[in-house]
Amino acid sequence: MTEELTQKKEGAVSEYASLQEKFADAVTIEQGLDCPLVMVAVDSIVEVCHVLKSEFGFEQMIDLCGVDMSEHPDYIEGSPQFEVVYHLLSIQHNKRLRVKARVGEREMIDSVTEVWAAANWFEREAFDMYGIIFNHHPDLRRILTDYGFEGFPLRKDFPLVGHAELFFDEAEWRCVYKPNKVENRVLIPKTWPGVDRG
Amino acid sequence: MAEIKNYTLNFGPQHPSAHGVLRLVLELDGEVVERADPHIGLLHRGTEKLFEYKTYHQNIPYFDRFDYVSMMANEHAYALGVEKLLGIEAPERAQYIRVMYAELTRILNHTMWLGAAALDIGAMTIFLYCFREREDIFDFYEEVSGARMHAAYFRPGGVARDLPEGLLAKIKGFTDTFEGYVDEYETLLTENRIWKQRTVDIGAVDAEAALDRGFSGPMIRGSGIEWDLRKTQPYDVYDQLEFDIPVGATGDSYDRYLIRVEEMRQANHIVKQCITWLENNEGPIKVEDYKLTNPPRATIKDDMESLIHHFKFFSEGYHVPKGEVYAAVEHPKGEFGVYIVSDGSNKPYRMKVRAPGFPHLQAMDYMARGHMLADVVTILGTQDIVFGEVDR
Repeated sequence: MTEELTQKKEGAVSEYASLQEKFADAVTIEQGLDCPLVMVAVDSIVEVCHVLKSEFGFEQMIDLCGVDMSEHPDYIEGSPQFEVVYHLLSIQHNKRLRVKARVGEREMIDSVTEVWAAANWFEREAFDMYGIIFNHHPDLRRILTDYGFEGFPLRKDFPLVGHAELFFDEAEWRCVYKPNKVENRVLIPKTWPGVDRG
Repeated sequence: MAEIKNYTLNFGPQHPSAHGVLRLVLELDGEVVERADPHIGLLHRGTEKLFEYKTYHQNIPYFDRFDYVSMMANEHAYALGVEKLLGIEAPERAQYIRVMYAELTRILNHTMWLGAAALDIGAMTIFLYCFREREDIFDFYEEVSGARMHAAYFRPGGVARDLPEGLLAKIKGFTDTFEGYVDEYETLLTENRIWKQRTVDIGAVDAEAALDRGFSGPMIRGSGIEWDLRKTQPYDVYDQLEFDIPVGATGDSYDRYLIRVEEMRQANHIVKQCITWLENNEGPIKVEDYKLTNPPRATIKDDMESLIHHFKFFSEGYHVPKGEVYAAVEHPKGEFGVYIVSDGSNKPYRMKVRAPGFPHLQAMDYMARGHMLADVVTILGTQDIVFGEVDR
């Protein structure tokens, strides 16, 4: 199993050698469980994506999402909080690729809408859920949450029950937000294997 | 001369052909659409947040509620994703059952689509015809899982339980007659003059645009690209089954209609092959590692170990090794993918669902520009939008 993985890893590294050459320190290539993974420095994401599309044949951006790493066991305090994960698909070569960029809470990442038009809504969603700001995005509005929603719901510090509740106000004859009084219940705690749970 | 201004029209959210809760802000010049701005999220339930607070087992039923007209296809992607992380593979019988139900689900989805999309355009009868067949498939769902719609039947490591006695014969009866029903649909629509006038050359997308805009499934095949995950990146037992992939030529709504109708026939063909295999082969229907699946009910009565496994499985769940994985299936609507990030605990650290409808609806603006207002409904119909998955 491990041997197979190292072999695959070498395969992935040699396959994307020209990418490595072109961008030197800005990219690192690894082999994931299912497809190769390219870690990209946040500043060169658009250039790398252009090259991946034109030279490596990744015509489709299948998915883009944010991940809040702040509570992940591998997270190092002080490193960028978010990961932006791109899943690319090459139809001509029948291949998938995962591209990742790390971005801090106060940093911006360039939008890849100029590379794939499909990125537009996916980036809006990542902005809506995590507050990641995409530079040069044509229309960076919230997409899934309510008009006038406050906060970024998928961040780890956002409580599951939220901050506000919606009520209908008889006197004003409209919907109003009130602070949420619901308490968060945990029925099944999060556990790790081999840890004594008493 | 009077000054002519563009007119902004608010389409939906409470509109019968908005397929649920779409609010579409349309900028019209006369009756011609100049810009379409879909406002989505009215059905947003924060499922991705909920995932992070539930165990892997508790997360299964949420998947039924994404695309609520093709429930088991959603579960399929999730089951494959978790299996990939765990490094296990479902037993062959389970894979055949899953493929059979995934294809029945495809018929379920396409009949719903055909009925609803035709009704939007004004064909009433077809809707009633399609719902007749859907009812049969709902019965098969109920018989195998206890629920007509939200089955929670596909589990990581296999399926929940084996097929009840006599079910295969019923499904076989259905597949024998279904071919004739598809002919019935086609006599109503395929050469229908009104249907053709409303769909031919409406919402045409060329191959390049389809790639650029992240299309998948019948939408990308309509534009002439041969791409089907069941063939190109086969999962479960699709590589052992025989079926064809219909591909369109012009990329308009009529092509996509023809593709979906042909897909129903192909799905029926696959179901038949699965029945033949299932009739002749017995075997386990889930991985027999009772850390990952629940033990059979009967063994709990007299086996201490089984009782502990049962209790642990349903209370604490199972731990999934640290890692990340993206698993996708050829969902009736396109590529339905799940990206799972695991931190080694019993709950996912982050789970993102890639819904096929999301990029399709995004292309609404692109597809509707220059069309008439009435064609917006056709385009919405041809995209096969369901808001459960778009809004998540």
